[in-house]
Amino acid sequence: MEFFERFAIPHPSFAIYASMVAAGLTLIAIIAGLTYFKKWGYLWREWLTTVDHKRIGIMYLISALLMLFRGGVDAIMMRAQLAVPDNTLLDSQHYNEIFTTHGVVMILFMAMPFIIFFMNFVVPLQIGARDVAFPRLNALSFWLFFMGAMLFNISFMVGGSPDAGWTSYFPLADGESVGSHYYMIAIQIAGIGTLLTGINFLTTILKMRAPGMTLMKMPMFTWSILITSVIIIFAFPVLTVALAFGTMDLLFGTQFFTLDNGGMAMLWANLFWVWGHPEVYILILPAFGLYSEIISTFARRNLYGYKSMVGSMVLISLLSFVVWAHHFFTMGQGAFANSIFSITTMAIAVPTGVKIFNWLLTLWKGKIEFTTPMLYSILFIPLFTLGGVTGVMLAMSAADYQYHNTMFLVAHFHNVIIPGVVFAMLAGLTYYWPKMFGFMLNERIGKWTAWLLSIGFVLAFIPMYITGLDGQARRMYTYSESTGFGPMNMVSFIGAAIMAVGFVLIVYNIYYSVRYASRDIGADPWDARTLEWATHTPVPHYNFAVTPEVASSEALWDAKKNGHQLFKGEYKKIHMPNNSGVPFIMSCVFFVWGFALIFSLWIPAIITTIAIFVFMTLRSFEIDHGHYISVEEIEDTESEMRGA
Amino acid sequence: MKIDHSLPLEYSTEENRLKIFGFWMFLGAEIMLFATLFATYFTLENRTGNGPTGAEIFVITPVLLETFLLLTSSFTIGLGIHAMRLGRQKAMLWFFGITLALGLGFLGVEIFEFFTYAHEGAGIQTSAFTSILLTTLGTHGAHVTVGLFWGLYIMIQVKKRGLTPETGNKSFIFSLYWHFLDVVWIFIFSFIYLKGML
Repeated sequence: MEFFERFAIPHPSFAIYASMVAAGLTLIAIIAGLTYFKKWGYLWREWLTTVDHKRIGIMYLISALLMLFRGGVDAIMMRAQLAVPDNTLLDSQHYNEIFTTHGVVMILFMAMPFIIFFMNFVVPLQIGARDVAFPRLNALSFWLFFMGAMLFNISFMVGGSPDAGWTSYFPLADGESVGSHYYMIAIQIAGIGTLLTGINFLTTILKMRAPGMTLMKMPMFTWSILITSVIIIFAFPVLTVALAFGTMDLLFGTQFFTLDNGGMAMLWANLFWVWGHPEVYILILPAFGLYSEIISTFARRNLYGYKSMVGSMVLISLLSFVVWAHHFFTMGQGAFANSIFSITTMAIAVPTGVKIFNWLLTLWKGKIEFTTPMLYSILFIPLFTLGGVTGVMLAMSAADYQYHNTMFLVAHFHNVIIPGVVFAMLAGLTYYWPKMFGFMLNERIGKWTAWLLSIGFVLAFIPMYITGLDGQARRMYTYSESTGFGPMNMVSFIGAAIMAVGFVLIVYNIYYSVRYASRDIGADPWDARTLEWATHTPVPHYNFAVTPEVASSEALWDAKKNGHQLFKGEYKKIHMPNNSGVPFIMSCVFFVWGFALIFSLWIPAIITTIAIFVFMTLRSFEIDHGHYISVEEIEDTESEMRGA
Repeated sequence: MKIDHSLPLEYSTEENRLKIFGFWMFLGAEIMLFATLFATYFTLENRTGNGPTGAEIFVITPVLLETFLLLTSSFTIGLGIHAMRLGRQKAMLWFFGITLALGLGFLGVEIFEFFTYAHEGAGIQTSAFTSILLTTLGTHGAHVTVGLFWGLYIMIQVKKRGLTPETGNKSFIFSLYWHFLDVVWIFIFSFIYLKGML
C-alpha cells in the first residue's frame, strides 16, 4: 500500500465524516474551555497525576460512560439498518466495522472499566485500607487502558476500523486494511493495564485488610473482586500472547494463523476463547458482588448463604476456564470434545443457580425497600435467569447446530450481559453515587430509567430469539422481505430506541441531581451495612482517620445495631503516596508507539520503544517514599467534615 | 518507615513485603504467558510446512552451553542474595556481576544460535513451527535482556546507596525474576530441545 493510502478510510460515508467533524469540534471545545477557565493546572495536579484510588476510579467511570454512548450509537445504527428488509442505510463494509467495534467497545472499553471503577472506588474503602497496594501502578493501569481505548476509537477516522467481528477470527482478520492492526495493538495496550490492575487488587485484598477482617469476613463485593483478580491474572496473559501472535502475523509475516506453511487459524479461536470465556466471568462476578451488597442492604437482612455464595464464585471461576470450546461446537472438533465442553458448560448453571436462590432467600422475609438500585436488582433476577436458561439451551452441542451463528445467540449473550452486568453497573452507580459526590441521584428519574431499560431490553432482544430460531443469521447486514424477519426486527429497533431514551435519561438525571439534589445526606444515606459507608462523604483522601477494627462481614451494621466499636485509638500520622506525572506521560508514549506500529512507521516505533525503556530505567533509579499527613492536619480535616 | 530488624532485609518493611508478594503474583501471570507459548509450541511443533523440523536444526552443544551458563547464574545470584543478607555488600556485588556476565554469555550463545537458524533457512516467517520456536525462545531471551539492564541498575544503586531495605528489596525481587527465567529455560531445554532431538 502507498504511504498515505493507509491513513484513508476504506469505506467512507456521511456518518463517518459527520462524526469526524463532531470529534474535532469537541476537542477544540475542551481545549478552549480548559484555557478559558484556566483549568490546565488543576487538571494536571488533581487528575492527570493523581494516584488516589478514588479519583482513578472516577476517571474509569467517566471513560466507561463515554464508551457506553459510543458503543450505544453503534448498536442503534445496527438496529436501524436491520429495522426494515433490504435497507441501504449502511453498506456491508460499514456494517461489519460497526458490529466489530460495538462488541470490542462494549466488552473491553465499557464493561471492563466500569467494573474496574467499582474495584478502585469501593474495594479499599470496603476493606478499611488507605489505598491500593501499588498506587502508582494503579495510575499506570488506568492510563494504559485509556490510551488503548482512545487508540481503538480513532480507528474509524484514521485508516478504518476493524471489520472481522469482536472475535477477529483469522483468516478473516487478514490485515488488508489497518483495522485488524488497530484491534491487535489497541487491545494489547489496554490489556496490559488490566493485567496490572488484577495483580494490584489481588495484593491489596490479600495483604491490606483492616484488623479483624479474615477472608470469611470480607464483604461479598470484595470477595467477587478477589476472585475476579485471580481470573484476570490467569486469563489476560493468554490474550497478551494471542494478540502478540496476531500482531506478528500481520506486521512481520509469521505463520501462526495463516492457511499455509503449517499455520493454524483454529489456534486463534482457541487462544481467544481461553481468554474470552473467563473474560465474561470477569464481567459477571463483580456484578454478582454488587447485587449481593445491594440486595442485602435494601432487604434489610444479612446475605443468605454467605459461604455458599463464596463457594459458588470459586466454582464458577474454575469452570470458566474449562468451557472455552463451546464457542465453536460447529467448527469440527468432534463429538467427544463437544460432549466434554457441553457438560462443563451446563455445570456452570449449578453454582449460578445457587446464587440466584441465595438472593431470593435474602429477599424472603426481608423488609424490601424499593430504591432505584434495588429495582435494578429485582428486575435482574428474572431477566438474567431467562438468559441463563437459553445459555443451557446453547450448551447442548447437538442442538447448537441449529442455533449457532444466528440471532438466537446474540439474544442470549445480551440477555446475560445487559441485565447481568449493565444493570448491576447502573445499580451500583446509583448506590455509590452519594459516596462519590455527596448527593443522591434523583430516585424518580432513576426508576423511570430502570423500567425503560427493562422494557426496551425485552422488546429489543426477545424477538431475536424468535428470528434466530427461524434462521436469521447474525452479522448479516440486510435480508430480503420474503424471509419474514421484517416485523420482528422493527420491534427490536423500537426496543433499542427505548433503551437509548433510558441511557439519555441517565445523563439527564445526573444534570438534574447536580442542580437540585440535597447536599445534606450524611455519610450513610442508604443505612448500609459495610465499611465504605463508615467514613465521611465525600471521602477524605486518606479514607479513614483511624484504621477500623472489624468483627463481621457487615462491620458497619454491627457497629450500628450491636454497638461494636469500629474506630479505636488516637490519630496517628498517615503515610500517603506522592502524585506522579510519569504514568500519564508514559502511556501517551504508548499511544504513539501503538499508532506507529499500526501504520508500520518503524522509526517512530523504535524511538518510542526506547522511550518506554528510558521511563522504566528512570523509575528504577527514582527514590519516592511518599509523604506523611500530620496529626494536626487530620484533626483539621476531620473536624471540618463533622461540622459539614 | 518502620523497619522490622527481626526479618531479613528484603522483608523488613511493610512496603517491601507488599512488593515481594505483588511480584509473586506477577510471576503467576508470567507462568501463564509462558504456559500459553508452550501450549502453542506443542500444537504447532509438527506443522513445519516446507521448512525444516526441529530435529534438523537443533544442535546439542550450544544448547548445553546455554543451559550451563544460565543454571550457574541462578546459583550465583543465590549466593549474591545470601551475601546481601549477611550484609556483605562487596561480595554481593561480585556475585551479581558474575550472574550478569553469565547471563550475557547465555544471550551471546543464543544470538549465535539464531543466526545459525536463519542461515539454515529457519527464519521466523518460514513455517508455523519456526514462528513459535523463535517466538518462545525470543520471549525468554527478551526477558533475559531486560534482566541484564535491570540487574545492572540494581548493582549501581547498591553501590551508590548501600544495602538498605529498599535496595535489598529490589535485589531480592530481581533474584526471583532471574530464578524464574531459569525455570522457564529448564522447560525450554526439556520440552523443546531434548524432545525435538530425540
